[in-house]
Amino acid sequence: MLKINNLHVKLEEEDKQILKGLSLEVPAGQVHAIMGPNGSGKSTLSYVLSGRDGYEITEGEATLDGESLLDMEPEERAAAGLFLAFQYPVEIPGVGNMTFLRTAVNAQRKARGEEELSSAEFLKQIREKARNLDIDAEMLKRPVNVGFSGGEKKRNEILQMAMLAPRMCIMDETDSGLDVDAMRLVADGVNALRGPDRSFLVITHYQRLLNHIQPDVVHIMSNGRIVKSGGPDLALQIEDEGYGDLLAEAG
Amino acid sequence: MSEAAVKTKDVTPQISGAAKAADALQARLDAMTLPKGGFTAAARADALARLRDMGLPGPRDEYWRYTDPRPFNAPVPQPIPIEERAPDSPLFTDLDRLTLVFVDGAFDAASSDDLMLEGIEIDTLANADAQDSHWAADVYGKLETAGQNPVKRPFAVLNTATASDGVLIRVTGRPAKPVHIIHRRAREDADVSWHHVIRVEEGAELTLLETGMVGARSNSVIEVDLARGAKLHHITAKRAGHQKLGLSHLFARVGAEAQLKAFNLSVNGTLMRHEGVIDIVGDDAVAHIAAAVLGDGHVGPFHHDDTVFITHSAERCESRQVFKKVLKNGAEGVFQGKILVKPGAQKTDGYQISQALLLDERSQFLAKPELEIYADDVKCSHGSTTGAIDETALFYMRSRGVPYDRAIVFLVLSFLADALEEIEDETLRGQINDRLEAWLTRRAKQ
Repeated sequence: MLKINNLHVKLEEEDKQILKGLSLEVPAGQVHAIMGPNGSGKSTLSYVLSGRDGYEITEGEATLDGESLLDMEPEERAAAGLFLAFQYPVEIPGVGNMTFLRTAVNAQRKARGEEELSSAEFLKQIREKARNLDIDAEMLKRPVNVGFSGGEKKRNEILQMAMLAPRMCIMDETDSGLDVDAMRLVADGVNALRGPDRSFLVITHYQRLLNHIQPDVVHIMSNGRIVKSGGPDLALQIEDEGYGDLLAEAG
Repeated sequence: MSEAAVKTKDVTPQISGAAKAADALQARLDAMTLPKGGFTAAARADALARLRDMGLPGPRDEYWRYTDPRPFNAPVPQPIPIEERAPDSPLFTDLDRLTLVFVDGAFDAASSDDLMLEGIEIDTLANADAQDSHWAADVYGKLETAGQNPVKRPFAVLNTATASDGVLIRVTGRPAKPVHIIHRRAREDADVSWHHVIRVEEGAELTLLETGMVGARSNSVIEVDLARGAKLHHITAKRAGHQKLGLSHLFARVGAEAQLKAFNLSVNGTLMRHEGVIDIVGDDAVAHIAAAVLGDGHVGPFHHDDTVFITHSAERCESRQVFKKVLKNGAEGVFQGKILVKPGAQKTDGYQISQALLLDERSQFLAKPELEIYADDVKCSHGSTTGAIDETALFYMRSRGVPYDRAIVFLVLSFLADALEEIEDETLRGQINDRLEAWLTRRAKQ
């Protein structure tokens, strides 16, 4: 599904290398977690994969189902099946949540040469998916993320994910700012979307999210590279011992 | 360097400058028909005398520092071809409303509804001015005159002296539907002026809509007099040709517990200036004035000026100014806004915000926000910002698959949302929003 090979990335505005030869492969149907200390480049990786401006790729490649991601515009990557759940979902006053989401769904369908969803079909789908995430009709009508609590914003991200039905989901610290109940709701939403044709890359600081979303593989990232990969136990080990010993061992 | 120095030596002496200004005013007046007037005769004569005294503004006038008045001083405008078909369907056509049609500034009875609506009296200036007395005599030119202090507004004076038509509306109740004034063009060289007088009596309410296409050049005045507890919503969305020159003036007197809400949508136009002069004279009154402006220099020069002066003379009153301009391809926006709180106007709540969204580096926004406060227990705030598109929000939308052009349209609508919020009626607000969206979508690629 997602293949990243020897990726080197620096900030455009300052001469600072963030990713230094990162390689990673997420096969179809799997959930991979990336953990790592602050400043290791986790968020940069999610932005570079989804096409945010401000980064320069100096070496390496990233492909989704064999197609090179790095030459595509952000909206083309979305239509190709990539989705990034933001750490800080953006508020957009004056643009209705539903209007925005319907525009996004239909723009992706159009880009893939599929027929657009009718208003009725869209409404039917969004109501059902919103109900599962405990999102009420009022929230759907409000401007995108405006006046939403931290938990509501994250649930709204999962609603977008459910409606857009991407094949590769990147979640950037989706657990930050969530209480236990909200985290369970978000995790349930993600687990409901798991399937043989969909993969997840879950970026997190803490192991606790991984209690709810069971990963197949855990990667440890440090200083712009993956330094160790393993099973779910690796996350538990970090929770107990911290990054110190492990990073020292990885050199 | 030396070239500039030589030029300054060539400047014509001051004495003949004054004479030249008088000649320019005379040439401007000679190009117009001066109505003698019936009930307005005294106001017109007075206006003419005031105008000769103050003259037309020049580019060095402080109040015209950011907007060149000379195209408005010229005796006649450049003709502008009449569009065969408007790119958008007319606004508000699906609403139940009373329509009044003006063609090149003259009332067209045949195209209008009967001037009958329970709760209001409607007349036209041309018709009423055949008589020597009319209720509007208490207002016509009076609020305009009051609005000349401390800043002179010569074109409003010119309008009072020369306007031949307009509507005179006296509201005594709560009419079941809005009044909709529709402007149409017939002549390519029409130099249009109209003068409306709206008086809303105690406890009465009116929604007044004004849309359509105006002449090659226009100069309008609306005088609004709100009695105790009266309400007026005034929503204008006049369409302008790309080469159009337009001036408009709102003079309002807001009585105790009365509410004025004025919203203006402006797109296109070479040179546009909207002046709003609002006197809040009764306690517990509310006055809001807002505008959404879209300017694109791609089709020709664009310059849009909003100039507002709100005076608080009473206690516990609220005023809001919300001005938003979206500028691209070298478009220019100007905002001059002032809140004056007079001695004794305690508990005043004054708010002013002017913001520009510049879609490229060639466009510019000039803002002059002013507060002048002579009372010690007031809350007044003002802010002015000039910014570009929010890159994070743009990326957020695109990461969901929304194409770049469409995301820009969303973000522009998002930027304008605060101004549109000033339109209380949801249906009217929705239609204005749709109109903006259509315009933005059409222009997205340029």
